[in-house]
Amino acid sequence: MTRTTTVTFERHPGGYRHWKLSTDGDVAWLELDVDADGGLVPGYELKLNSYDLGVDIELYDATQRLRFEHPEVRVVIVTSAKDNVFCAGANIRMLASSSHEWKVNFCKFTNETRNAMEDATAHSGQLYVAAVNGTCAGGGYEIALACEKILLVDDNSSTVALPEVPLLGVLPGTGGLTRVVDKRGVRRDLADVFATRPDGIKGRTAVDWRLVDELVPRQGFREAVLARAKELARTSERLDGEGIELAPLAHRYVDVVLGAAEATITVKGPQDDKGWLLDVTRELDDAILRLRTNEPALGTWVLRTEGDPAKVLEHERAVFDAKDCLSNEIVHYWKRTLKRLDVTSRSLIALVEPGSCFAGLLLELALAADRQYILDGPPIDDEDSEERASITLSEANFGRFPMGNGLSRLESRFFGDPDHVTRLADECGKPLRPAEVNDLGLVTDAPDDLDWEDEIRIALEGRASLSPDALTGMEANHRFVGPETLESKIFGRLAAWQNWIFTRPNASGAEGTLRRYGTGQKAVFDRKRV
Amino acid sequence: MPTKIDYDAKIPNNVDLSGDRRLQRALEGWQPKFLDWWGEMGPTLRTQGVYLRTAVSVGRDGWAHFDHVNVPDYRWGIFLAERDPDRVITFGEHQGEPVWQQVPGEYRADLQRLIVIQGDTEPASVEQQKLLGLTAPSLYDLRNLFQVNVEEGRHLWAMVYLLHAYFGREGRDEAESLLLRNSGSPDAPRILGAFNEETADWLAFYMFTYFTDRDGKYQLGTLKESGFDPLSRTCEFMLKEEAHHMFVGTTGVDRVVTRSAELIREHDTFDIAGHGGIPLDLIQRYLNFHYTVSLDLFGSETSTNAANYYTAGLKGRWQETRRKDDHKLTDAAGSLARPRADGTWETEELQAILLLNLDLREEYRADCQTGVNRWNKILDEAGIDFRFVLPHPGFNREVGINSGHHVTPDGTVVDERTWLAGKRKWLPTPEDLTFVRSLMHPVYERGKIASWVAPPRQGINGKPFDYEYVYLS
Repeated sequence: MTRTTTVTFERHPGGYRHWKLSTDGDVAWLELDVDADGGLVPGYELKLNSYDLGVDIELYDATQRLRFEHPEVRVVIVTSAKDNVFCAGANIRMLASSSHEWKVNFCKFTNETRNAMEDATAHSGQLYVAAVNGTCAGGGYEIALACEKILLVDDNSSTVALPEVPLLGVLPGTGGLTRVVDKRGVRRDLADVFATRPDGIKGRTAVDWRLVDELVPRQGFREAVLARAKELARTSERLDGEGIELAPLAHRYVDVVLGAAEATITVKGPQDDKGWLLDVTRELDDAILRLRTNEPALGTWVLRTEGDPAKVLEHERAVFDAKDCLSNEIVHYWKRTLKRLDVTSRSLIALVEPGSCFAGLLLELALAADRQYILDGPPIDDEDSEERASITLSEANFGRFPMGNGLSRLESRFFGDPDHVTRLADECGKPLRPAEVNDLGLVTDAPDDLDWEDEIRIALEGRASLSPDALTGMEANHRFVGPETLESKIFGRLAAWQNWIFTRPNASGAEGTLRRYGTGQKAVFDRKRV
Repeated sequence: MPTKIDYDAKIPNNVDLSGDRRLQRALEGWQPKFLDWWGEMGPTLRTQGVYLRTAVSVGRDGWAHFDHVNVPDYRWGIFLAERDPDRVITFGEHQGEPVWQQVPGEYRADLQRLIVIQGDTEPASVEQQKLLGLTAPSLYDLRNLFQVNVEEGRHLWAMVYLLHAYFGREGRDEAESLLLRNSGSPDAPRILGAFNEETADWLAFYMFTYFTDRDGKYQLGTLKESGFDPLSRTCEFMLKEEAHHMFVGTTGVDRVVTRSAELIREHDTFDIAGHGGIPLDLIQRYLNFHYTVSLDLFGSETSTNAANYYTAGLKGRWQETRRKDDHKLTDAAGSLARPRADGTWETEELQAILLLNLDLREEYRADCQTGVNRWNKILDEAGIDFRFVLPHPGFNREVGINSGHHVTPDGTVVDERTWLAGKRKWLPTPEDLTFVRSLMHPVYERGKIASWVAPPRQGINGKPFDYEYVYLS
């Protein structure tokens, strides 16, 4: 796919082309109604509620707004506004015509959005319910799988299916394979049968195999679903509090400078602005998404901060102490944004310089990076200055923002020395000087002011000279130590296999499945098992 | 306030040392360690002053200054050849691009490795030659030994300068390690094998300066072509000093051969050992040894490392710019002779770029041959029917395609028994070494010289042979 448009990620329900969002007291309806002509880039028709990145960007916006703007909503019903079709999954022509990096980035984003739906269920008391009112295949069923409950219309024809393997020669890569067995507990032989038949499973069998939770008669489907939702809403533990409108981004706190081979992201700390953390999170989230999608060749991201560490900690304290719906949402949003960094296929290098504010929750940015450098000396442009770089640990670094593997970034970093994390807890609240920071293992290196520029230049140039593919694989392996979780399996195992399959001739070759799909011709396979 | 040090006076240089805080800091840490190393590992013989050449600038004339110097006070300096602002990379994939004034991050590790390996050889020879001053055949030779030693020390400085100026903390660590490895040390030996061999006597010293220092000349010649300009300029200037070391070797062997020829004529026998001379066949065995261990320094005949360095523009060929080809070598071919177990040789066609070590070794071999011709001319003029020969490059090799094979000096591949039977004829025996050592008595008297070597035709810097080159006590 030749892409000339720059993808943006800001949406508003008033401008949705593919979704309808409405609320009814404590229940929200999120209805998929894809505009077939509304593809993000030309070249394909989004038939049968199939989706592309543009559809998913709106879904992401909706999930965010439901959390921040609708504290009253406790159940979100995901359904289709079209008759007899819930969702046919990711658009195949879009996939077939996309470059490899586009496909991978697309899958990553859709995975993050599915995870965010589960996160809302788990941490915001916003329970997602899939009301499957028609054919539900592939990525469509994966949307349902991301919901807490799946209600399937009992019309003796609507099925749920994962037809990727038999029809497309690729995987249900948006968590499908993983969630079927790991989350829903489908027996592995039945999962095998299910994932290899193109037509899917309907009715009673779908319930028996645990593929869906309940059947709902076709007559009065919406009413029955709503009634069920209202029931479920009573079990929700959503916190009370005011919502906040997600206004258009002001771009006050995150600066992105594009270089020849790297992007420098500077995150600014708060002054006395109460809305800082939400705003900075939204801006950073947006910056990550835009860089990922629009600047695939900028392989290294340099992470910097600017501001007063004390004010960061003060702000953080206020958010942690508030314990209301909004602050809870903000904390989890920062958590998800950090996770986006964790799974970003870019080399992340944090530079801790005088004037930076890597404290508490902002320190997580540095800990998410593949390497950290702290300047041990005065600012480069002012050698007489007394100002020095520092790092400050806080409660935020000890479990408030877990990674996809379930561990904090410090626990992941010191996986071989858990006692060290315990010792580090004693350092909370103290600005740590470069030498201490280095001794405590919180940075990769602490060059002084004479070495700094050269060391950083060489580190960045060296990085830029390595194979981008090998770096992506290496970084992903180093970042996620320790235990596997549903999330780490999806981003690690499932995505890695999918990305491999995407590049194989059996899928993407001229006679491969993706190219032959819909042509009436059969794909020709290289029969050798790898 | 720390006292301000006058760097330019202490350390002659043309790298703006007094204006470079980073370099000053690095040298402040390193210089005392260097002096400690020199005290411990440098020449054992204490002197009151040696007539030495000190590099004081890089200009065409007057780059060096001669005077008696107390050796530990020698002013080791930092000099790079003048910068050519228009210089471009002449080979590899960056051909035609301006040379780099900074280390490209992509090549940091490779460049650092190249510099460390080169740097490691420089102090090694000082260590190998540590004891030689105790048995110098004349004050003139003693002076030359010290000259070679201090200049190897300066060459170490030159490499350390590059590490300090361009490679940050890692560079400083590597610079220190150059002083921590020692020739022949069981725990931390020098990187290359030849630099862990003992230079036990003055014949070995002449052979070393002829053959092994000549390898240095060729290595420096390839680094002089480097796209990393500071390395190129450093090596260019080092080559200037290296020429004197070659001279010490060439004339040293000359003088041994001259003296042996005199004794053969005088006593009408090749067996001159009893007359205080070194027999020609023994000289040939020394030659065989020093030449072949020096060949090992060129590395394996086929090398992907060398090919990568070439493509990257880090290390060129000898006189790269005079070569008439595309300077990329991606399509060129070359051939390589390989010994076979059945005693025959096979010739293999290979990509030329994989044979760069061989290319350099062949240049070196041709150069070595000129020395051999020179020594044979002395014998010819004396009417002596004996000729020195350079052994076959497969002979006595520990590195490359010949290692593990037994090849005689004339290039015959033989079995182990034949090899062991012939070895005593081809390589110095313990008796040879003992004998040569028995001749090594110091001659510290002005104008006098040991029995086994002829005096030089000329002195140093226009001074006569009987000049007091070294003040002892």
